Amino acid sequence: MVINHSDPLDLELVHAIQQGLPLTPRPYAEIAERLATSEEAVIARIARLIARGDIRRFGIVVRHRELGYYANAMVVWDIPDGEVSHLGPRIARHPSVNLCYRRPRRPPHWNYNLFCMIHGRTREEVERHLGDLIAAHHLEATPHTLLFSRRRFKQRGACYSRTTTHTTPRPSTDGGVYR
Amino acid sequence: MASTQHLSEREKRLLNDYQEGLPLTPRPYAALAHQLECSEAELLATLERLQANGLISRVGPVFRPNRVGASTLAAMAVPEARLEAVATLVSACPEVNHNYEREHFFNLWFVVTAADPEHLAEVIARIAQQSGLPVMELPMVEDYYINLGFPLQWS
Repeated sequence: MVINHSDPLDLELVHAIQQGLPLTPRPYAEIAERLATSEEAVIARIARLIARGDIRRFGIVVRHRELGYYANAMVVWDIPDGEVSHLGPRIARHPSVNLCYRRPRRPPHWNYNLFCMIHGRTREEVERHLGDLIAAHHLEATPHTLLFSRRRFKQRGACYSRTTTHTTPRPSTDGGVYR
Repeated sequence: MASTQHLSEREKRLLNDYQEGLPLTPRPYAALAHQLECSEAELLATLERLQANGLISRVGPVFRPNRVGASTLAAMAVPEARLEAVATLVSACPEVNHNYEREHFFNLWFVVTAADPEHLAEVIARIAQQSGLPVMELPMVEDYYINLGFPLQWS
């Protein structure tokens, strides 16, 4: 069940916090005021979203490039369909991996069905992490490829509200393009 | 890297240790400040500075994909000469929250998040129509997420 099909106040709350909490002493009270509800209700609803797993992390969201993690690679794997649910959690648990998803293949151009992200301070560090991962799970014969990122054109919190009015380009929250 | 060399020990702890578990108490920043042995005002000023410097994106939630609205990873194979223009067009969509150039035949990768699947489809169709290029949609099928933040090493 997705949030937008459940509870209107939860959806409003999601909209109110998706780009971050106010950096003021009573952020939940401030959100409550905007939603015409109580601070206790905001806190209780956030707690419920966390408990249900709709919010997977609640805290400081760091920007890895600015913290020196310039190398970021998406590693994609072509894993037999019968094995992917078994291997996915193992790859996800590897210390250098911070996201791991199964996605559909799109043959003939795209035959990869498992995606993970590996961040490192340098390209070599990412390649070393990948080598460790391959050795740890005997993936030497599994077709895979590394897609290093070049330019980041945009990175910010997801915006779930139905806004269709922005059709003209506007600066991203990065304030431009990074190399 | 230069920007992280000037971080204090307190700032490093703040960035590394508080990627989850922000207190759900009326004054969460005061609770963090107490743990980091500084004042609430100092902590708020630090967070504002880290945000202004771009080291943190926000303080708040990371939603589980597809639990809130509908989202997909998407990729396009864009001729090099048009990449900048197509990337700008993609970034201009408020529904796009990540947009990266990657080293591959499929060289533009972005995440689209919308309120519902219909709206998501509209955004993808609009990008394809405006760019004149096909968009490969790769929605998540299964999430193998393990609940860890992004561990930072400062050495």
